[in-house]
Amino acid sequence: MKNTHIQTTVDDHRIAKLAAFAILLHMVEAVIPSPLPGVKPGIANIVTLYVLYQYGFATAAWVSILRVFASSLLLGQFLSPTFILSLSGAVVSLAALWLAMHLPKRYFGPVSLSILAAFGHIAGQLLLVRFWLIPHAGVAYLIPVFASAALFFGLINGLITAKLLYNKR
Amino acid sequence: MFNLPRYLKLLNPKLITQHVLSGDWLVLIAGLLCVLYLFQTLWSGEHAAKVQIRLGDKIYATYSLNQQREVHVHGKLGDAVIVIAQGKARFSKSPCTTQYCVHQGWLSRAGQAAICLPNQISLELTSDAKPYDALNY
Repeated sequence: MKNTHIQTTVDDHRIAKLAAFAILLHMVEAVIPSPLPGVKPGIANIVTLYVLYQYGFATAAWVSILRVFASSLLLGQFLSPTFILSLSGAVVSLAALWLAMHLPKRYFGPVSLSILAAFGHIAGQLLLVRFWLIPHAGVAYLIPVFASAALFFGLINGLITAKLLYNKR
Repeated sequence: MFNLPRYLKLLNPKLITQHVLSGDWLVLIAGLLCVLYLFQTLWSGEHAAKVQIRLGDKIYATYSLNQQREVHVHGKLGDAVIVIAQGKARFSKSPCTTQYCVHQGWLSRAGQAAICLPNQISLELTSDAKPYDALNY
């Protein structure tokens, strides 16, 4: 019989492990009640950011997208609006990270990247909400709330990532 | 497992001075300004474009707010004067006894209204896209 075993590389294993950790954080966050739907700390993004610094953009993108797919399957939201929102947020956030990682590293650390990624996240989600889910200009009223949340949680997540990267015991 | 107070405790001065680089401060301040600007522009209400005058149960006239103009409307009690002045409108004279409509003053935001019940005249400001009272999904 022919061997149909899929050959996996070290990279694949690493991506799987990191994605698993991101999924875990996503699950933890899913059970935290939120005052407004959509305002979440986004702690799974800490993993994306950490991976970006340690292993590069490609690995970070894999981890982020795998996390979105696997988490939605676990929460039973696969292909639902929640999943599409999550995916669009992740994609735009990755795009923001890709642009931000070219900033001079001496001045722009994980905090910058985290804040920019958080803004990218809500931008992606709000664009989708505006053009697909709730095609009405009233959505604009929510933008300031989401932007404040993005700034606040982006800062904290950036600090956590910086701490993980540089304060190794 | 996820401890919110501990998570928020990460906002301590030591960690901030240690890990927030000069460019990060720039991003942080730019983000803050961005948020303030968004609050300012999106939460201040829409500027009105038109004023609709109703007499009894009919629309008497609709005027653009982008002009200087006095409108005389003959209501049930007598002549009322409505002044339109560059983006705002008000009742300036009314034959009614209460004068509530006059005291309401200038209206400038979409959705604002002044109603003179005795004289059966009302003003309502509208924007180009009329905002909804309520939305249901």
